Amino acid sequence: MAERLAQLTTYRRLAGASIRARAQYRLTFALDFAAQFVAGLSDFLAILVIFHHLPQLGGWSLPEVAFLYGMAGISFALTDLWIGQLDTLGQMIRLGTFDVFLVRPLGSLFQVVASELQLKRLAKAGQAAAVLAYALANLHIAWSPARILMVAVAIGSGAAIFSGVWIAGSAISFWTTDVQEIVNSFTYGGSFLTSYPINIFGAWTRRLLAFVVPMAFVAYYPSLFILGKPDAVIGQPALAFASPLIAGLTLLAAAAVWRSGVRHYRSTGS
Amino acid sequence: MRAYWETAVRGYRRYATYRGATLAGAFTNTVFGVMRGYVLLALLEARPHVGGYDASDALTYVWLTQAMIMITYLWGWNELALRIVSGDVAVDLSRPIDFQGYWLAGDLGRALFHAIFRGIPPFLLGGLLFALHIPIDPRRWLAFIASLVLATVLSFSLRFIVNLSAFWLLDYRGILNVTTLTWTFLAGFVIPLNFLPEGPRAVLEALPFAGILQVPVDVFLGKRLGLDLLGALVFQAAWAAALLLAGRLLLAAAVRRLVVQGG
Repeated sequence: MAERLAQLTTYRRLAGASIRARAQYRLTFALDFAAQFVAGLSDFLAILVIFHHLPQLGGWSLPEVAFLYGMAGISFALTDLWIGQLDTLGQMIRLGTFDVFLVRPLGSLFQVVASELQLKRLAKAGQAAAVLAYALANLHIAWSPARILMVAVAIGSGAAIFSGVWIAGSAISFWTTDVQEIVNSFTYGGSFLTSYPINIFGAWTRRLLAFVVPMAFVAYYPSLFILGKPDAVIGQPALAFASPLIAGLTLLAAAAVWRSGVRHYRSTGS
Repeated sequence: MRAYWETAVRGYRRYATYRGATLAGAFTNTVFGVMRGYVLLALLEARPHVGGYDASDALTYVWLTQAMIMITYLWGWNELALRIVSGDVAVDLSRPIDFQGYWLAGDLGRALFHAIFRGIPPFLLGGLLFALHIPIDPRRWLAFIASLVLATVLSFSLRFIVNLSAFWLLDYRGILNVTTLTWTFLAGFVIPLNFLPEGPRAVLEALPFAGILQVPVDVFLGKRLGLDLLGALVFQAAWAAALLLAGRLLLAAAVRRLVVQGG
């Protein structure tokens, strides 16, 4: 317990330092924030343009897709805020700076994650939250305690699933630093996939990216449950309740991959 | 002329060094192609014609734009900005060769490498997975290659200007990120420009960004033929020339305030 508390204090200090460092470049920070917002906005504009031609996409109305997009977007943005630094792991390994983390008395994953906190990533969360608010205003959801609870559970589980995929994917860098970009297929690719009803994707894409990499449990099943939509194509809304379990398993698997990666790691030498 | 040719060859070879990264990038381009393809397919299955595209046109648009991400270097080109920040740009400026031409030559060499290794493989895979619209008329291919080269020059002219901002700003990354993400949409990467409602469509089709992706794709699909094809190529060339000129003026302004420390 005391150790956890120490970690929390350390995290707060490191995060504070990185926020202060970023604040030195005000214009860059403002532009980065704007860039994140524009990126999110243009993804949603694409959805709006599609619905300009159609009343329904794969059986989902615009407010329903907006709900899905908002839920998945918030989960992804929280994950990115929390562990987006993992994208620089390959660079840390190439430059040899990762070695420093191994001689300090804290977990290596914790230190990589805590090495930077980029507040600009809140822009994406804000944009997704705005889309979710639009969805809620235009949907007539039959709210029940279970459904309200599911909103929180889904966002948390979604963030945990994204985190697990991100950690496990980044750990590939311990074996080879060359193929970092493959990880993007699963992290940013996952973010793209989860913004749309998964039933519109072809059978193999669905199987691979929705179940092997369990992206279907991020927002899709919880949204089916909350919106009261039936789904005969790939399972039932009740699968929403499996989301926290899948999230836990993903994190466990990710931790195992990370540990095995660190054991395998032999530094860059010279 | 020989110096430009050698620079282009070096540009090609520099990227050829990173084999693993190239493979990983092509893999990611393919994954996104599959996902983007299914989204547009869901739209075109419900509405067989949107903005003059049928399903096969839309899928070809997806895979062609995926293939062109790296050819036109849509995202985050910062080589010149890095030279400016480090001060190495002073060396580039003192070479007995035109500065902008030197960078353009290197970029065209790079683009050829990316066309072969980041463009063609994902596009071929896309062709195996989906029914794409692939022209058989060799004249169409020639027109497309011309349009692709112009798209690369046009994209370079914009990237050159954005990178020059490093002469004035302490940290160029903010401006690089915001411009990159904005023109991703304006070029027609996120959604084809012809899918937009009339008003926005007309505006975006007149801006230079359309020449980076939308125009070459439409040339490939045979949506621009005869005089219209000529108009498409002139549109790209005129914007490229204007923006290259703007880049030169900006460079001249930057060089006037550049102080080289030496000893």
